[in-house]
Amino acid sequence: MNVVLSAEDISRALTRISHEILERNHGSSNLVLLGIPTRGAHLALRVAEIMANIEGTTIPCGTLDITLHRDDLRLRPPRSIMPTLIPQSGIEGKDVVLIDDVLFSGRTIRSALDALGEVGRPKTVQLAVLVDRGHRELPIKADFVGKNLPSSLDQSIRVSLTEIDGRDEVVIENRRQS
Amino acid sequence: MKHLLSIEDMNVQDAIGILDTATELSRINDGQMKKLPTLRGRTVVNLFAEDSTRTRISFEAAAKRLSADVINFSAKGSSISKGESLKDTAMTLQAIGADAVVIRHSASGAAQRLADNQWMSGAVINAGDGTHEHPSQALLDAFTIRKHLGKGSGDLQGLHVAIVGDILHSRVARSNVLLLALLGAKVTLVAPPTLLPIGIDKWPCTVSYDFDSVLPYVDAVMMLRVQQERMTELFFPNAREYSRYYGLNSERMKSLKPASLIMHPGPMNRGLEISAEVADSARSVITEQVSNGVTVRMAILYVLLAGAPLDVGSI
Repeated sequence: MNVVLSAEDISRALTRISHEILERNHGSSNLVLLGIPTRGAHLALRVAEIMANIEGTTIPCGTLDITLHRDDLRLRPPRSIMPTLIPQSGIEGKDVVLIDDVLFSGRTIRSALDALGEVGRPKTVQLAVLVDRGHRELPIKADFVGKNLPSSLDQSIRVSLTEIDGRDEVVIENRRQS
Repeated sequence: MKHLLSIEDMNVQDAIGILDTATELSRINDGQMKKLPTLRGRTVVNLFAEDSTRTRISFEAAAKRLSADVINFSAKGSSISKGESLKDTAMTLQAIGADAVVIRHSASGAAQRLADNQWMSGAVINAGDGTHEHPSQALLDAFTIRKHLGKGSGDLQGLHVAIVGDILHSRVARSNVLLLALLGAKVTLVAPPTLLPIGIDKWPCTVSYDFDSVLPYVDAVMMLRVQQERMTELFFPNAREYSRYYGLNSERMKSLKPASLIMHPGPMNRGLEISAEVADSARSVITEQVSNGVTVRMAILYVLLAGAPLDVGSI
């Protein structure tokens, strides 16, 4: 087990991502943040809070559950559906930033794009992730990355967040432990 | 969960799981019911060997909103009316490739029989079997109560529900008593002694013959249809007397607590167990029960069909 991001690292990464999103979009006036449950939803709230401090306004922030749009539903035991909460402002014509903890195969994001299509038609969709571990199976790329973490398929990346796990940490571990 | 056969063999986690799934689904839909791709390529067969409006169209709508293919067939107009057995019907469904069968049958235990035998490998959903159970109705009733009176999630601890009328012939009553009790609510059945089944003292509820003494204390009152088509003998002197003692009219409605709900699984006998003014009043959630029915049935189909098939003794 190897800690790759400490609590401070996570906090710095989120602050940088928040600045980058604001820079790219020329401010926050047309932004909507959507976190992908469960950990992405908490990350989105943190990014929204950091942005609010920078910009001095509140940023619309919600969650987007992708369970009903997954392409691997039949390959795994039934999953419970998590909340989808779209901010009052809606997403029509907005610059939507999807936020998730780990970018891996890209299938989650593909499902998220489908789920988003059900809700409305944003002007742009961007993607921010805390960790990009590679091994994409689809042509999907993150716009904002906390840390690039080239990893082997034998390893697993575990993101812990205070809201759920009691502490902030990203660890990488070998899946086959003796 | 592989099948949904009865509330009796359901545990709290399963029940709350379905209700929570329905809550999330209703939030996604949020008025504008959009189609979801979740069950694309799955086939749901509605096998209705007994008449139904609400349950059948509601299961059909639920399956279609999840993009499943739906095959409807009813006893009238199918080979069931030529005397084809349940087994042969089931084997036909298996050959067609049904992933789930929603069955409504006049014989108690029909769904169980379909699930227990190895005639078909799909999920079996009981949509009402004789006078036994109607689990999806109980789930949608619990969902409706929870939405209005619960904290929106969790169980129904501390609520008191009265179920009034023809308990004897009601599969809705049995499923509701079991589910409400499972979720922690207190249930009182109100009916004339002739319309209570034998063994009612074993049910997890209290019984009263006096509607007016119960009404002021309940959070929801569920009126049941007097099932004249199942009545082979005289259970009460006449309709007017039944209505006077056990009907819910506007006069009686005044003694209800202000926030209490008025429910009815439908179809209603207006003027018999419920008066038209009450059925159409602002506190009646009867049409909302129908729309919640679609959401809850989507949740049931999702829980049974969306995941990987469970290998529990199936073919």
